[in-house]
Amino acid sequence: MDRLLEERVFKLLMQLSTLLIVGALLSIVVVVFVKGMPSLTLQMLTQTSNGGYYVGKEGGVLNAIVGSLDLCGGATVMAIALGVPTAVYLNEYASRSRFAAFVRNSLDLLWSVPSIIYGVFAFILMVYVGLGTSLLGGIVALTMLELPIMIRGMDEVLRTVPQRLKEASYSLGATKLETAVRTVMRQAFPGLMTAMLLALGRAMGDAASVLFTAGYTDNLPISLFQPVASLPLAVFFQLQTPFPVVQQRAYASGFILLVLILSLSVFSRLISKQFGRYTVR
Amino acid sequence: MARRRTNELVARKVMFAVTLLTALLTPLILLGLLQRSALILETVSLRNLIFSGSWNPDEGEFGFAPFIAGTIWVSGLAMLLAIPPSLLMAIYVAEYASKRLRNFIKPLVDVLAGTPSVVCGLWGVLLIVPLIRDYLAPLVGVSTTGYSVLAGGLVLAIMVCPIIVSITDEVIRAIPMEVREASLAVGATQWQTVKHVVVRKAFGGIVAAIILGFGRAFGETMAVLMVVGNVPTLPRSIFDPAYPIPALIANDYGEMLSIPSYQSALMFAALLLLIVVFAFSVAAAVLLRGFRRRYGLGQVT
Amino acid sequence: MALIPETEIQIEHLTVNYDNREVLSDITVDIPRNRITAIMGPSGCGKTTLLKTINRLTDVTDGASVSGRVLFDGKNLLEKNVDVNDLRKKIGFIGQTPTPLPMSIYENIAYGPRVHGTNDKTTLNRIVERCLRTAGLWDELNTRLSEPASKLSVGQQQRLCLGRALAVEPRVLLCDEPTSALDPISSKHIEDQLSTLRRDYTIVLVTHTLRQARRLADYALFVYFGNLIEHGSADHLFNSPVDPRTRAYIEGVFS
Repeated sequence: MDRLLEERVFKLLMQLSTLLIVGALLSIVVVVFVKGMPSLTLQMLTQTSNGGYYVGKEGGVLNAIVGSLDLCGGATVMAIALGVPTAVYLNEYASRSRFAAFVRNSLDLLWSVPSIIYGVFAFILMVYVGLGTSLLGGIVALTMLELPIMIRGMDEVLRTVPQRLKEASYSLGATKLETAVRTVMRQAFPGLMTAMLLALGRAMGDAASVLFTAGYTDNLPISLFQPVASLPLAVFFQLQTPFPVVQQRAYASGFILLVLILSLSVFSRLISKQFGRYTVR
Repeated sequence: MARRRTNELVARKVMFAVTLLTALLTPLILLGLLQRSALILETVSLRNLIFSGSWNPDEGEFGFAPFIAGTIWVSGLAMLLAIPPSLLMAIYVAEYASKRLRNFIKPLVDVLAGTPSVVCGLWGVLLIVPLIRDYLAPLVGVSTTGYSVLAGGLVLAIMVCPIIVSITDEVIRAIPMEVREASLAVGATQWQTVKHVVVRKAFGGIVAAIILGFGRAFGETMAVLMVVGNVPTLPRSIFDPAYPIPALIANDYGEMLSIPSYQSALMFAALLLLIVVFAFSVAAAVLLRGFRRRYGLGQVT
Repeated sequence: MALIPETEIQIEHLTVNYDNREVLSDITVDIPRNRITAIMGPSGCGKTTLLKTINRLTDVTDGASVSGRVLFDGKNLLEKNVDVNDLRKKIGFIGQTPTPLPMSIYENIAYGPRVHGTNDKTTLNRIVERCLRTAGLWDELNTRLSEPASKLSVGQQQRLCLGRALAVEPRVLLCDEPTSALDPISSKHIEDQLSTLRRDYTIVLVTHTLRQARRLADYALFVYFGNLIEHGSADHLFNSPVDPRTRAYIEGVFS
């Protein structure tokens, strides 16, 4: 083929591919919005699904919304508690060691684990300690989901902290810990926040890992050891009913979930500039 | 002074312990699944588990062949559908698009890539399934409910595209300008440069991107489950329903509690899934490591 | 300056390797108290390493191994049981690239004292004012103390680094080419300050230009590819060097 023609053909194909992919991704938002908006009522956001919600009667998905917040909030806190020390240790204490390589490899594998497997493993753990489906079980599964995402993001940003910044801190007589907390983490703060929000967003949308760990319930979350509802599962279960009215609500719930997650993503991008006020270029 | 010293020592030990714990999660998961699969591996031969097509849990028959086939059909189709447009888009965004366009598309795709699985499944049910049932299948003269391998493949494909695009884009951008300049300097067109030089140099990274996409496709549960039909037979065409392994685990989790052999069988299915995904992950990591060493890329994924 | 100065730091047979490559070989020299000692030599010859050994920054440099003795305050500061954090309080360091910490101007200066246990607001305020005045920044910045230090100009940042180093009241100041990234006016500021500070501090200055050495040095060391070729009073080194390599360097054959 004439090479200029080939160039033009492929350029067209590339543009079409881009349009196709971006268009398809946008169509997800559009379809869910169009189908979901009509059924979105204030009731949905303020009432739980007690009573005959799933057979068409009144109610809402408040239990799922609050449940998701509890699940993801708990998991994010746990993941921060485990992830920050790990990321700091890897970067400030163990950097070039074989232990660090082992840890990073292990976390890379953890990152690729399908989310349903986190659910299966958390299920095994919960059975082992004698708990059935519960908020705790869901939190354990989601923590495992968030951990590799969070650590990867934090690791990446901690690596970018220049050596001379750390040396400046050491030269004043600060210990490694003091340097890590007062200087390194402050410098990396925007990136650390982004990593946390990214992990949170991922956890919010996941259904497979909470399916048989958190269970489901019509009630608002009251205890760590009782099952709890979640938005992704609310969407799923409502969709499966034979009642069109309830199916419509599934679309609306899906829309709520999508809006929550997309806003979180956009929000974290906008905020990163504000967090970086003191960061040294 | 002593207090600072002790703080430092204690903190170091605590951080080490936490790090060790997080590192041990992966082997623990593997071991946990292995241990739980032990029961079924003792009763049914590995050969039967993988190759037998008879799935009758009540009678102790656990042939996973239809589910393995289902997984391969759906993931394979998804990759076939996703790879060409993803690579083309990545090349476009990395090499051709203006800075403004790139700065618009990249964040957009990154944000949309975070769309949760259930919502993609919802989209599949609302758009893709009717599309197949009412337009695509009749076109070929086939009648189907729409819940099919094709539906699963299409939904999975759109979920996997952002990963392939993102990694391929970074890999291509890591190739130094000098390489392109050398090609353009002898009169090659931009496309020729991309086709013969850039892609060749980026090849390892691109393969890694595809492998990672594959791994993600294998493990994806919810969206696929909602559109693929969940019928435990070997699919004969893309319009047939299928039953991939993650969907099986998700659907039958209730059974896990009652019949021990069933539970063990499902754990085995999970183990199988995990091993395949790990194999892909390792392969991709090895490729990317080699690429990183040559071009000094940071962590791409 | 007719008095023979006391020795602040005694370096004996110092050898430093980076990943098995020898960077400093068998350096033996005395650093005099309350004088400016300039370290000169071609780039990449180990001058920075010599500095970093004195405040044990080599501890956090990948692949560095150090042998020999560096005597300070009656002890060999290279020994393992030395309290490195306390040592670095007594020996300050200013790097080549101005490196403000990711915090406000005030907090940059207060960082050192805070880390060593001073948290009283009044004391810190006093320290910040004193150090910013010494660094020549108080008049410009006293109304902007809570602004991010990263917003300062490069020259201001380096002066901030100087003030920050002084906040912990060291006895020695190690300066690694402190003006190489600065414009002439800022450079002059820093040089003037160092010149004044020598009355109360021992200053070891790695310098990238001969002219700066001539302006500031009381004593000078000539380091060439990791070896200490010649050392002595500035007058001696600049006007009547003994070793041919020193002479060649002074005459500008290589830089």
